[in-house]
Amino acid sequence: MRYLRRNPSLVVGIVLLSALALFVIVGHFTVDTSKSRPLSAPAVRAPSAEHPFGTDRQGRDLFATMVAGTPLTLRIGFIAGFLGVGIGAILGFVSAYYRGTVDAIIRGIVDIGLTVPGLLVLIIIAVSLRRGLTVDQMAIIVASLAWLNPARTIRAQVLSLRERGYVEVARLSGMSGPEIIFKELMPNVLPYLAATLVNSVSSAILASVGLEVLGLGPIDSPTLGMTLYWVNFNAALINGWWWWWAAPIVIILVVFLGLFFLTVGLDEIANPRLRRAI
Amino acid sequence: MRADYLARRFAVFVLIVWLAATLNFFLPRLSGQDPVRATLLQQAQLGGYVQSGLEAMVKEYEHRFGLDKPLWVQYVTYLGDVSRFNFNYSISNYPRTVNEIIAEAIPWTVGLLGTTTLLSFAIGTLLGALLAWPGAPRWMRLLMPPLWALHAIPFFLLGLILMYVFAFRVQLLPMFGGYSAGAFPALTLAFAGDVLAHAILPALSIVLVATGGWALGMRGMMVTTMGEDYVTFAEAKGLMRLTIFLRYCVRNAILPQTTALALALGNILSGAVLVEVIFGFPGVGTILFHAIRENDHFLIQGIVFTVIVALGVATLILDVLYPLLDPRISYRGA
Amino acid sequence: MLSVRDLVVHYDTPLGRVKAADRISFSLRAGERLGFAGESGSGKSTMALAILRMIKPPGRIEAGEVRLDGQNLMTLNDEDMRRVRLAGIALIPQGSMNALNPVMRVKEQIIDALRDHGVRLSGRERDVRVRELLQSVGLRADVADMFPHELSGGMKQRACIAIGISLRPRVIIADEPTSALDVVVQKQVMETLARVQENLGASVILVGHDMGLMAQFVDRLGIMYAGKLIEVSPVREIFTRPLHPYTRMLIASLPSLEEKGTFRGIPGLLPLLRDLPPGCAFHPRCPHTVDRCRTEVPTLREVRPDGSAACHLV
Repeated sequence: MRYLRRNPSLVVGIVLLSALALFVIVGHFTVDTSKSRPLSAPAVRAPSAEHPFGTDRQGRDLFATMVAGTPLTLRIGFIAGFLGVGIGAILGFVSAYYRGTVDAIIRGIVDIGLTVPGLLVLIIIAVSLRRGLTVDQMAIIVASLAWLNPARTIRAQVLSLRERGYVEVARLSGMSGPEIIFKELMPNVLPYLAATLVNSVSSAILASVGLEVLGLGPIDSPTLGMTLYWVNFNAALINGWWWWWAAPIVIILVVFLGLFFLTVGLDEIANPRLRRAI
Repeated sequence: MRADYLARRFAVFVLIVWLAATLNFFLPRLSGQDPVRATLLQQAQLGGYVQSGLEAMVKEYEHRFGLDKPLWVQYVTYLGDVSRFNFNYSISNYPRTVNEIIAEAIPWTVGLLGTTTLLSFAIGTLLGALLAWPGAPRWMRLLMPPLWALHAIPFFLLGLILMYVFAFRVQLLPMFGGYSAGAFPALTLAFAGDVLAHAILPALSIVLVATGGWALGMRGMMVTTMGEDYVTFAEAKGLMRLTIFLRYCVRNAILPQTTALALALGNILSGAVLVEVIFGFPGVGTILFHAIRENDHFLIQGIVFTVIVALGVATLILDVLYPLLDPRISYRGA
Repeated sequence: MLSVRDLVVHYDTPLGRVKAADRISFSLRAGERLGFAGESGSGKSTMALAILRMIKPPGRIEAGEVRLDGQNLMTLNDEDMRRVRLAGIALIPQGSMNALNPVMRVKEQIIDALRDHGVRLSGRERDVRVRELLQSVGLRADVADMFPHELSGGMKQRACIAIGISLRPRVIIADEPTSALDVVVQKQVMETLARVQENLGASVILVGHDMGLMAQFVDRLGIMYAGKLIEVSPVREIFTRPLHPYTRMLIASLPSLEEKGTFRGIPGLLPLLRDLPPGCAFHPRCPHTVDRCRTEVPTLREVRPDGSAACHLV
């Protein structure tokens, strides 16, 4: 408990994300999520007792939309984030441990991949696969690039660990490559891995929201990004329908801030030098 | 040694360009769609054309665009076209060429992106350095939390908020576009002012968010650098605080910071694209958005390719400048 | 020339308060070479930094005074203390792996010290001065234009010595100057150090853990244990007639070229500095402990001419 006081970021992050989770869970019990489909409610109503978040132009109850959409957006983020870190971690470990040509190839691909602006490649992919994207397909698309950054960071981390004595000792005592990776290197990279994971999820959500705002997302789903797309499409800002864009913006803010504080908090655990450096 | 480093960086650049072109070529064809046919069909349906004449028209277009040739022939032709920056006509804005449209939009994007990136990098780095330095004024610590919180959110989100507050509520700044409707682009002061007014909100959305990131990063680098032996020795030498700050700490911390800049260019661009879309700023982002809406494959490909190449060039420039900053690099092989 | 009285340095860590240096007192005479030896963590480097008032938070100089030619350095303001560094007392750092700024040429790192201490020289005079300094430590003139990564370990160490003597200090503190070097280079560096010291007429404090090095270089030797100075004697006497039990066991553990035998260490472990035993810090490992050792902390006092020890049994 005392540690939590020294690491306020972690606390803030957990609080924010828990609040979001609570919102979604409670929301699921209080409202009928089918109301997130168009034509379930009178159009363009300001918030009232009946529709706490108001309704949009296509007749969606926005409260239901947020409750249904938030987990969808988060799901894309989690799937893509986990896949990204999973693949990235394996490649990072292999690359850093075995060095040589394997390292050169993987590193080359990662370096080039990271130079290219991810969103644009995702746009090309999404545009090509136009036919009715589902939420899970979005996740896969985002994941296709999400592994690059984790691969790089984990490779760097493992490289620095690899030089430490205990790896040499393990090798001399006859442990095989994969054994060393799992038993010696992995536990030391774990806190770092957690921070990378949260980072990856955050980037994935950003990428998916970006694609959706451009209109390239799953067009029937009430995800947060798609809601913003409709906001833009219907010029809700100019028309003064503030409730329509306020809700998704606030939720997205909470998501990103929550993940950010969580990352900072995890970073502090992984890297003690950053503790209260001020 | 130097030449070796340069040659390698250039080779990577060429590789990136080739990769971008190839991806651009193959990905759309993955889904088995024929871009021309699909678009024509779409337009035809809107216009109510009769089906029979349509097939003939599609065939003619395919022949014109070379889509009836075998795949590898198309690929080679494509590579040839691309290296001459010939991106064909824009399907949605026919008869304008893709080149024309992109050429119009690029100055806006370069202007917006260039200034905001430089500004936020400079201010953020300086701020970050000061934040890490124990001798800096106390009030600067207060800047940390807002910058911190801000940098976690995407550019376009702040853009939406700013747009609402300043353009809608308070009506202080224009909401949309690069210049007022009806104003003719000219080299007058009035027009410049108009452009500036329109550019402030998009620029702010980028700068306010990005600065925090750079500041945090620099602060981290500074903390690491300040713990190094050579800083301790510098102090033992009785050097003045300013000397230690600038020539021992900042000068070293700026190296990884610059590397971070080169890596972040892609992300900054992606974020800026969305900002342009939100504000209808007539840069590359907005025309990309319209191209997606209209399913204008040639335009989309042209934009994506141009942007990737531009980014490759920017990264190459930074890579070439880096050895000037870090004397250790030009001597190392890897 | 330099007198240190009751210097106390604390570190406040999350796990407790650590007494890194506990009431260190000694005097350094003009032209003398004084060594400080001890295991890692015995407080040697802390003491060196404390003399220069370079202890950073969470460390703090709690008490004590350091007088250079009568002037108490602890009472100086920051700017005056800055001027004393390098010009009055110069530090030659350990592990010169990383003591030089990697992005500055060697000559720039010599010049910035001169400049910040108010030495005004024309461009040509500067180059001459730099060349002279480099020559005095046995480095070629073209080293001036090199970057640190282009130098070998020995060259870097000598460059640091050159910087250290550039303002003709009265006291030189050398903190493990040869720890990362091979024996041949070690000899060169120590010879360089001896030579420059004689030229300057300065006093040297040599901090380290290499007893052989100490035997060859210093006039007097102080032994440190758990943050305390437990013995100070002329170096010959340390080796032939050690006073403190720890010193005795230390000398006994040194392998000799003449005899063959089994290795003898000192049983037990160093105490944690934040959890020191009551009374004499060495008593848990000392074979001669009596009751008094467990309760009363011994103070450093002169036991024979020029030989002091902190032990109840001498």
